[in-house]
Amino acid sequence: MSQARPGSAEIPIQITINGERRCVELQPWTTLLDLLRHDLALTGTKKGCDHGQCGACTVLIDGRRINSCLQLAVMQDGKAITTIEGIGQGSHLHPLQQAFIERDAFQCGYCTPGQICSGIALIEEGNAVTRDEIRELMSGNICRCGAYPNIVDAIQDVLVQRSGVIREAAE
Amino acid sequence: MNRFSYHRAETLADAISHLRSNPAAAIIAGGTNLVDLMKYEVERPGELVDLTRLDELRGISETPDGGMRIGALVPNSDVAYDERIAKLYPLLTHAVLAGATPQLRNAATTGGNLNQRTRCYYFNDVATPCNKREPGSGCGAIGGVNRIHAILGASDQCIATHPSDMCVALSALDATVEVAGPDGERRISFREYHRLPGDEPQRDNTLRQGEIVVAVTLAGEASYFAENYTYLKLRDRLSYAFALVSVAAALQLDGGRIAAARLALGGVSHMPWRKPDAENALVGMAAGEETFTRAADILLAGAQPHEHNAFKVDLARRAIVRALTQAAAATPQSLSDKRIA
Ligand SMILES: Cc1cc2nc3c(=O)[nH]c(=O)nc-3n(C[C@H](O)[C@H](O)[C@H](O)COP(=O)(O)OP(=O)(O)OC[C@H]3O[C@@H](n4cnc5c(N)ncnc54)[C@H](O)[C@@H]3O)c2cc1C
Ligand code: SF4
Ligand code: FES
Ligand code: FES
Repeated sequence: MSQARPGSAEIPIQITINGERRCVELQPWTTLLDLLRHDLALTGTKKGCDHGQCGACTVLIDGRRINSCLQLAVMQDGKAITTIEGIGQGSHLHPLQQAFIERDAFQCGYCTPGQICSGIALIEEGNAVTRDEIRELMSGNICRCGAYPNIVDAIQDVLVQRSGVIREAAE
Repeated sequence: MNRFSYHRAETLADAISHLRSNPAAAIIAGGTNLVDLMKYEVERPGELVDLTRLDELRGISETPDGGMRIGALVPNSDVAYDERIAKLYPLLTHAVLAGATPQLRNAATTGGNLNQRTRCYYFNDVATPCNKREPGSGCGAIGGVNRIHAILGASDQCIATHPSDMCVALSALDATVEVAGPDGERRISFREYHRLPGDEPQRDNTLRQGEIVVAVTLAGEASYFAENYTYLKLRDRLSYAFALVSVAAALQLDGGRIAAARLALGGVSHMPWRKPDAENALVGMAAGEETFTRAADILLAGAQPHEHNAFKVDLARRAIVRALTQAAAATPQSLSDKRIA
């Protein structure tokens, strides 16, 4: 049982971040976003609004996309978090990262880590096929640069690649 | 955020006893509303009681009467994508998918959705007076900017609306809220769960000190509305925005005649807005615009708009007629194609 009184010792938790098991001690008012960016120096995940309104802070918690700014880190004890750093870097890119480059799906790039985490989850969830459906189910990620059509293009490319792979495998 | 202590509840009884012994304690589930409000210092709990490890609050199951029971911790996404719910209560599926975003729905829980606070700008801004946040301090919205506020059932102390989409469908489907507290368990009919502000706007609902929502149940017979339904949500942008007006409409048709009807409004009152008279006016009648307009007029009777939201009365009237038309035609509002047919 984890417990802390105001001003008392920090609470220890175990958390897996990008496949690596970490033990951290933290104050209960630390958000997951602040834990990632400040304490763990994983600054790929962005803070836009800090109020659940933009999606820049989207990460995967046990595979599900969630706004990390509204999660208390202490409540993530035992969970597995994937951030953009764990999705792909340098020459080892995820197909959706590659598609973002090919489709020019960003300008300033600030929303991009959240868009990619969200897009990867959207593809896994399997609820979107049409452009309208992709737009609706990506509506939790705001892009101030307005790269929306290209973001939809990139996601659609990966959805098509995926269905292609599935079709080949079935043949 | 204020400084607080954290307690991870191990059992439901443990959570209840913590809440009872510490009036400054608050429940946290998905956190998408509470953490947000704590950042604005609107909520300053002395202790957070984390419910998320309580297995007894999890899961969607079938009930003996052919209905469904949804645990308080079930994420909104799991409600939205449950195939049994989609078959029996597609109105609920549509309402949940009309709310928030995929990321928020993944975190947001059923119990948290019922208990989320209003989006009134003044409630969310501690620099302004608000009777809901600080009883007796006044209401910033009355005489202030009140475009998003209530037109029905408000009081001279508070004109806030309840922001949930899910709750509008649960009200229309006559759901039941199961709660557990220091005095044991009780069941509250959905229409008695939320309340009008009256002279106690600080109370959003009828939950008592120390009580916890355990589950929401839907009766088997509410599935008779699975053919003719719609959830029509009108807002300032097409996604990721709260309702200005929303309508949950559900009919049972016998030939061209209406055998049973349910009609609830969101975005217009301190609770999902229903009136038995409006539904009774539909029963036995031929489905058609004249009948629908009469029901709309009954449901909106006594509407009292404020300086900036008179538009909501007309918007609601037309939305009700459109929603009943969609329900009767079995053409529910599409969730991704935002054109209103
Ligand atoms: C940007 C944004 C947009 C949104 N848009 C919409 C929208 O369009 N439509 C819509 O319907 N909603 C919308 N929401 C609100 C969202 O649905 C709620 O925040 C969410 O449902 C709350 O659930 P939670 O589990 O995160 O609650 P929490 O934040 O954990 O708790 C909320 C409240 O409920 C209480 N509580 C939680 N669980 C229980 C329980 N079991 N028993 C008793 N009390 C409990 C808590 O004490 C707290 O007071 C939006 C939210 C955000 C941030
Ligand atoms: S409408 Fe209600 S919530 Fe908004 S400022 Fe007035 S009292 Fe507060
Ligand atoms: S930073 Fe979390 S949603 Fe904007
Ligand atoms: S690329 Fe600039 S905000 Fe999206």
